[in-house]
Amino acid sequence: MSSNNWDVSDYENWTPEEFPVGMCALAGGKAVEYITGSWRSMRPLWDKDKCTNCLICWVNCPDSSIKLQDGQMVGIDLDHCKGCGVCVTECRFEALRLLPEHCDEVKCSEGPVLDEAAQPSTMNPEV
Amino acid sequence: MATEQRTIAATGNGIVAEAYRQIEPDVICAYPITPQTTIVEEFAKFVAAGKVTTEFVTVESEHSSMSACIGSSSAGARTFTATSSQGLALMYEELFVASGLRLPIVMVNANRALSAPINIHGDHSDVMGARDTGWVILFAESAQEAYDQTIIAPRIAEANLLPVMPTLDGFITTHAIARAQVVDDAVVKDFVGTWKPEHALLDREPIMVGGFANLGNTYMKIKAAQRVAADGALASIKTIADEWAAITGRPYDHVEGYGLEDADLVIVILGSAAGNARTVARDLRASGRKVGIVKLRTYRPFPTAELAAALSRAKAVAIMDRSDSFGSFAGPLALDTMAALYAHDLHPQIRRYIYGLGGADVKLEYFRHVYDDLEASLSGAADPGLTYLGID
Repeated sequence: MSSNNWDVSDYENWTPEEFPVGMCALAGGKAVEYITGSWRSMRPLWDKDKCTNCLICWVNCPDSSIKLQDGQMVGIDLDHCKGCGVCVTECRFEALRLLPEHCDEVKCSEGPVLDEAAQPSTMNPEV
Repeated sequence: MATEQRTIAATGNGIVAEAYRQIEPDVICAYPITPQTTIVEEFAKFVAAGKVTTEFVTVESEHSSMSACIGSSSAGARTFTATSSQGLALMYEELFVASGLRLPIVMVNANRALSAPINIHGDHSDVMGARDTGWVILFAESAQEAYDQTIIAPRIAEANLLPVMPTLDGFITTHAIARAQVVDDAVVKDFVGTWKPEHALLDREPIMVGGFANLGNTYMKIKAAQRVAADGALASIKTIADEWAAITGRPYDHVEGYGLEDADLVIVILGSAAGNARTVARDLRASGRKVGIVKLRTYRPFPTAELAAALSRAKAVAIMDRSDSFGSFAGPLALDTMAALYAHDLHPQIRRYIYGLGGADVKLEYFRHVYDDLEASLSGAADPGLTYLGID
């Protein structure tokens, strides 16, 4: 089977017989189709103006969710970012902050950075 | 018509190594452990002497050896190893990975006791710890059976996409010099053929193995498919073994009986001690007693229907385990046997024994004692419960 036409979109409805034996994946790169971003409870917010494009976030991101274009950071892939916060910890220029997932970006734009995130009363503007 | 064969005299392990040489797997990843060591040691000599083209990977532990086998088999290579006792125990997590990924790895196990206390001699404690790992498990009574089951193993593994563990009893079978008939290399090569998996890591079309099934019921569906494969392997083993029997003239049955045509008292047993059991049964039958034995060659998948059929006319059944399942009603073979009897509505008297742990002698008198117990059970004697033989 070619890697180009292996359709896994309906895998939750497959019968045991329909899975490849041993559940090997018959194509590479299928993780792209798996929206791990739905697991996220905290979301990184990127401040383009503070970013120096050092790419240390890109180096450290375990989910390849720092988006690059022509070698320049252009944003975060929120379909796959699990919100681990490694990029926020590693950023030396305060260009990345971690916000609660449900938080509106504009309202939270003055929110605290990661090390204060453990305090929900100051993090969550609704409290 | 059986093919021409040579009779050789060698240790059980030497005969298994000869089967490995004739099969000539693509890869062997192995680590030494008594009493298996001489299998891979002998095979290493074949590699050094250029008698085989097998890639021999020496690793630093059994955990690594099974891990390397999983990688090798995923890559598409026909992959063998061998182990025993603590080595098998150290592989425990990888055993499930091998079967869950449905990799046709073959691993001969030299059955041996487990620590503690430390003991290097033969019993079935190690292999019984692997009985629920999804591997096909075969038991040899003799070096000849070890040779035959080793050669059919890759065919069984590849036909069912299940790992296969042919076993022989430590020291008693692995180290005693025995006579065995072996066929020509070309016959073995022709029988095992070459292995080309439908999908492999080194294919041009990329695949990924070791997938993630953490959410929903995908994991359970994969396990349901594995259960179907394990059940289906029973018929497949018989078909492949029959094909080999047509070449060698040596039949293979999941369940092999002796005296069952009229036996009222039957011993169920695995591995090398079946020889002593049969000797006693033969002597007792010569004096007119209706006794028999049942020896299982296939243990996983468990030949439930075949065993029940073999025991269908027995009035009293003794199940003899060479390992214990501490805290349960009986040893593992007894538990499986009683389930088979119950499932087929058979209700003979049952007696449960543990024998030969850590290589303890398995004396002929034990079997006479067991048959006497069975006889007494038919006259209303109370069940003494699980009995350790030979410790008083």
